[in-house]
Amino acid sequence: MESAQIEQLLNKYLEGNTSIAEERELKAYFSSNNVALHLLPYKEMFGYFKNQEEIQFTKTLPLQPRKRNVVKWIGVAASFVILFGTALFYMNSNGTNEDLGTYDDPEIALIETQKALEMLSENVSYGVESVAVLQEYNESKKTIFK
Amino acid sequence: MNQQEFLNIISPFKDKVFRIAKRLLVSSEEAEDATQEVLIRLWNKKEGLDKYNSVEALAVTMTKNYCLDQLKSKRASNLKLVHSNYSDNQAGVDKQVEDKDSWSWVEKIMNNLPEQQRLIVQMRDVEEYEFSEIAKALEMNETAVRVALSRARKMIKEKLVEKHNYGISTNRTITK
Repeated sequence: MESAQIEQLLNKYLEGNTSIAEERELKAYFSSNNVALHLLPYKEMFGYFKNQEEIQFTKTLPLQPRKRNVVKWIGVAASFVILFGTALFYMNSNGTNEDLGTYDDPEIALIETQKALEMLSENVSYGVESVAVLQEYNESKKTIFK
Repeated sequence: MNQQEFLNIISPFKDKVFRIAKRLLVSSEEAEDATQEVLIRLWNKKEGLDKYNSVEALAVTMTKNYCLDQLKSKRASNLKLVHSNYSDNQAGVDKQVEDKDSWSWVEKIMNNLPEQQRLIVQMRDVEEYEFSEIAKALEMNETAVRVALSRARKMIKEKLVEKHNYGISTNRTITK
């Protein structure tokens, strides 16, 4: 295109009266290498506009705000399940502890009871023995402090 | 609407939204955050999207409003700083701008334009939207859009010509 024609178009451009098609013509002219010397400032301008078209948005979009909420609530639900689960487990295990130590057969129960009582009396008599020592101590105290 | 359908709807314009946000906020990171925010807001109201005849126009309007809000709150917090260490803050900003020498001149010039003009140049000269679309997305009338666009284009051109002449004259003094 001739530079006179370009200049005419440029004036129209500066007034804001060019169409998109005409502006594309200008961009094409200024991206070529035979730009008239006095029009060089425009080359920079249109070159910049052309170059700006290539900038891209590269950041990824976190598009699951709702799904994330679901995940959050799953966490809350899971912690409740664990809480109640452990609570129930402890209650149940306490209950079974109470059942332990009972016998269905009375004879075995008798034997076991005897065993337990024997063990108890053994310990009691061991205790009595040590009390006997105390008794002796008491007696000697009495003889001294009378 | 499932995720894939939503992605299909936004894929033609998500880059545009990002570029518009970047034009206003300048920083790529802030623009990424803004784009993410706008797209997620769209996703959250995905059931009502059928009501809009152009989701793209809606996205652009949302981006514009979100970014302008961001800039407003940023300015509000900057004003507080101005009282305590005005000169320090200023120097930091200047240096930041100079450090980024990869920025082209046009970008620097555009960053000095009013936000509305920046948006319009971005939407017309980069994204190639029709005037009617720009007017709708920015809630302006078409004539106002044309006037603002014309002002912005002239300003960019003027600054570039200035810089160009300056460049030539300094080259001459160097060679002399």
